Parts: sequence; structure tokens; C-alpha cells
Amino acid sequence: MFGYLIQRLAQAVVVVFAMSIIVFVGVYAIGNPIDVLIDPGATQEIRAKLIAQYGLDQPLWRQYLTFLGNVARGDMGTSMVYNIPVVDLVFSRLPATLELVFVSVLIAVGIGIPAGLYAGYRPDSYAAKAIMALSVLGFSVPTFWIGMLLIMTFAVNLGILPSGGRGDVGSVLGIHTSLATLDGWSHVIMPAINLSLFKMGLMIRLTRAGMVEAMRTDYVKFARAQGLTDRQIVFSHVLRNISIPIVTVFGLELGSTLAFAVVTESVFTWPGVGKLIIDSILQLDRPVMVTYLVLVVILFVLINLTVDLVYARLDPRVRLKGGA
Amino acid sequence: MGMNHDTLGPDSNTSVTPSAAPLQTRASRLRDFWNDFRQSPAAVISLIIIIALAIVSFGAPWVSPQDPYDMASLDWLDAFLRPGTVGSGGYTHWLGTDNAGRDMLSAIFYGLRTSFMIGLSACALALFAGICVGLTAAYFGGRIESLLMRVVDLQLSMPAILLALVLVAMLGQGVGQIILALVVAQYAYFARTTHGAATVERGKDYIEAARSTPLPARRVLLRHLLPNVLPPLIVVATVQVASAIALEATLSFLGVGLPLTEPSLGSLISNGFKYIHTDRTWLSIYPGVFLMITVVAINLVGDQVRHVLDPRNQR
Repeated sequence: MFGYLIQRLAQAVVVVFAMSIIVFVGVYAIGNPIDVLIDPGATQEIRAKLIAQYGLDQPLWRQYLTFLGNVARGDMGTSMVYNIPVVDLVFSRLPATLELVFVSVLIAVGIGIPAGLYAGYRPDSYAAKAIMALSVLGFSVPTFWIGMLLIMTFAVNLGILPSGGRGDVGSVLGIHTSLATLDGWSHVIMPAINLSLFKMGLMIRLTRAGMVEAMRTDYVKFARAQGLTDRQIVFSHVLRNISIPIVTVFGLELGSTLAFAVVTESVFTWPGVGKLIIDSILQLDRPVMVTYLVLVVILFVLINLTVDLVYARLDPRVRLKGGA
Repeated sequence: MGMNHDTLGPDSNTSVTPSAAPLQTRASRLRDFWNDFRQSPAAVISLIIIIALAIVSFGAPWVSPQDPYDMASLDWLDAFLRPGTVGSGGYTHWLGTDNAGRDMLSAIFYGLRTSFMIGLSACALALFAGICVGLTAAYFGGRIESLLMRVVDLQLSMPAILLALVLVAMLGQGVGQIILALVVAQYAYFARTTHGAATVERGKDYIEAARSTPLPARRVLLRHLLPNVLPPLIVVATVQVASAIALEATLSFLGVGLPLTEPSLGSLISNGFKYIHTDRTWLSIYPGVFLMITVVAINLVGDQVRHVLDPRNQR
């Protein structure tokens, strides 16, 4: 196990380095940020000075080495648009994204699992079919389009919810969050529902599949023979047995929820990191792009690594095959 | 979705073992496939919708009342006409007009054509790339296999939207760039599926037998292995076309995809989104409805194809 751990850790480090080079070269290939940043009438001296200031006159490999050296000191560069350190910028936007993801995950689980349980419990009922049809919609209809419909309905036509922004930010236990104010909740609820739909569809399908399978098993039959009510069987026996795959997929999907936040945040002008990355792509803010992408790579490599290690812990065959 | 098995002989229609192949002609296997497929009314309706949409979109120059690319045919006086209004062209704008006086119905037909084209070509290329990677990995095994599949796995753990977003940002705007980004973002699904199916097949005797002959590796791969890994790939391909169309729409909506001068459904919706706080909702609703119908219909057909091709549903 220890050898396997070392091997996978080394692989993860190699992947992060390889990806950081790809990201750096790739981002470098996008346009010339100087053209966007300074007004076209600027003199040649000002141009040259700015180019030198951002280190853009250096060869690419040297820029990359400078970047690596700075990263080692915790400096990811300075945003060309906001003119503040990228690390500060990203961390100032992160809470908004995290609270959005948090609420949407709550919604996905709070609705998805009960709905999936019911759909698996009475698979032939009309309600179950409606639930499954909704889950197909949640899967296949593009997020941004549903978000737009939500805005049209609740913000424009009914006028009961704000169409965008984060609202008042309150403070709970020293954490600044819009979940502390009523206004904040009214802002977060629509984007959170929008972001939760895909995950909710997934939760419904997983729970339903597990439920349908579990209801046929012997332990359910025995529990029935014992005289337990269906409610007791589902909540104390079935749920516990089907929770493992649900939790696994749930963990895996956390990363993708962060990714989908890019779309939802753009639709609802939610000031999180997702909106930040879209803005920085449109404004060619290279340091922000590189930082965001490297963070995402690290996040996904960590998720992968965790999953692999957990599986290796559970299944010795993986360890033997991979470690050979 | 009950399937009618009475019409099927003991040798099931889509059986993938080569021994079954000579017993049934290709036509009869197709007929059996269709008999299974039409058991789901939703899938049949979806298929009809897809065919209808394909006809109006690829026939857009002939069926749409206006050429939305032709700037000369646009009249600023026609801007923001409500659905059902008769414009200066003398015909009814059933879905209204946009800010440039473009007939929305025509724009949607042309946009649908762009979306289909991008979805289909991205998917075909991704299928090709995925098959190459998956078969190579499964056939050669060893280091090549573990290296290729590790890259594929890493990519699969990342959401396609993020990958496509980054790639489009790097490559720039345009049809070719978007297709390339979608191919890179999606080939991994095909590679994974090909590899999975091919790993199962390669352990079977007929591949052993073929490999023991002096046939070149290429021939064994393409003539013996490939036909038998196709069914699961067809399923993935249907779903991936829908997802490619949705991805392209999302990218265009985010402003990194296609510009409005090259209307796809996404850029039309994106343009309509600017007017979301006015009562000009037809600008974003109608292209969105077409997008939704297209994507959901393709997914429903894909679901049914999966159901029919699933060996567990055939006995």
C-alpha cells in the first residue's frame, strides 16, 4: 500500500507539472494582452515599458521559470485588469462560489434522494415516471437556458426574485456570507436551483437504481417477514446499503459542480470565481486564467488521487495491478 | 418500454459474435433492430422530430423565408417585430425579428444547421480519435495501454464544459476552433468505451485465432475487433452529439463560441439574453426551445438505442 501511495503521489505531481506547462503555453498562445490593456494611441515607449513590466519580452521558457519561482513563494502574479495580486483576487471571489455550490448541493441532495427513493419504491407509478422525466431534463437541457427561464419567470414576469448579483452580505461567526441575510438568500436561491439541477438528476437516477435493486434482495424480504413497515425497511436498511455509491459519486461530482458554476455564475452575474474566469478569458487576463486553471488541475488531480487510494484500500486487486 | 421478444428468433438481432453474422442478413438485423426500437413511442416521436429538424436545418436556404446572412435582405425598420407580425418583406415573421430585423425563424433554421454541423462533425472526429486511442491501448497493452488510459481517465474526471471552455479560449473563435475543442473534450468518452469493449473482446478465442495467423495487426484490429466493439460506441455517439450541440450552445452563450454573424442556436440565445429585462422574450425563448427539443430528442433516441443494443435485454 505504501509503495502504491508513493507511486500515485509521484504521478500526481508529474501530472500537475505537465498540465501547468500546457496551461502556461496554451494561455500564452491567446492573443496579445497588451493590445487589450493599453489604448491604441499609446507611444512605443509606453508599450515597451508595459511589456517589460509584465515580463512579456522574455522568451516563453524563462517566463515559465519565473512563474514557477513566483508560485513557490506563493505569488501567482498580478491581475492585468484589476491590478491586484491574483491570489487575493481568487480568494476574494471564492466564498461566493462556495456558498452557491453549498446551497445547490443541499438542494440536489434534499430533493434528489427522496425523489429517487420514491421513484425506486414505486417504479411504475405516474409520479415516478414524472420524476424520471424531470431527471432526463435536468441531465440534457443546457444549464444556461434553464437559468434564463428562471430569470424570465421569477425576476422579470413575477418580479419576486432579483435577477442577479449576490445581495447583502452578512457575517456569521466571522464568516462573511450572503446566507446570513434574507436579501442574500433571495439572491442565492435561483442560481443555486439552476446549478443543482444536473446533480439532482444524477442523484435521482443513482438512488432509484439502488432502490430498485435493493427492494428485490433477501434482506428486504426478511425484514418484511419480520413485520417491519416499508418505511422502517427503507430508512433503516435500504438507505444505509445504497448510500455508498451515492456518496462516492457525490464526492466525484463536487468538482464538476464547481465547473458548472462557471455557466450559472455568468447567467446570474454571481460574483464568484466562475464569473471571474469567464471575464478574464474575455479580457485576456492571463495571470488569472493560469491561476484558475492550475487550481482546477490540482483540485481534479487530488479528487482522482483520493478516489484511487480509497479504491485501492477497498480492493487489493487494484493495488496489485497498478503497483506492478 | 416492454419489448416484444416473440418476433425474435433464438439468434438475437444485434448479437455481436461473428458466428451469428452469417445466419442473418444485414437487412434482417436492421429490421429486428427497428422492431425493438419502435417499442418506445417517445423514442419514435423523438426520431421523427430529429428528422424534421434535420430537414429544415439542412434545407434552410430553401425553406426559410429569409437568408439571415444576407445583410442586404435585412431592414432596420423590421427590428424587434413581435411574433406573427408581417414585416416589410411582405411575409409573416412567425417567431418575430431580432435587433437587426432578422427573421427569427430563418435565423433559427440556419442556427440549427450550424449546431447540427458542429455537433455531427465534432462527434465523428471524436469517435475516430477515440477508436484509435482505445483500440491501440487494448491491442498493445502494457505501458502504452496504461499511459493512454491514464490520460483518458484524467480527462474524463474533468467536466467537458471546462475543458472545452479552456480550449476555445486558447484556440480563439470560429467553427473550426470549436469543433477541435469539442473533439479534444469528447474523444475520451469514445476511447474509454472502445477500450472497455475491446479488452473484453481481445480475450475471446476468435481474436486469439486471428492473432495467431500472419495477418497484420491493423487488419485484426479493423476487421475483427472493431465491428464487435461498435454497438456500445453507437450509443455513446448519439448521446455525445446531443452533448456537443449543448456544449457549443453554452460556449457561444458565454461569449467564447461563435459570433452572431455565424448564428448557432447558442449565439442566438446569447443575443436574446441581452433583452431579457424587456418584454422581447421571443428573442431568447424560441431558439432555446429549439435547442431544448433537439437535445432532449437526441437523448431519448440514444436511450432507446442503448436499451435495444443492451445484451441484457435480449434473450
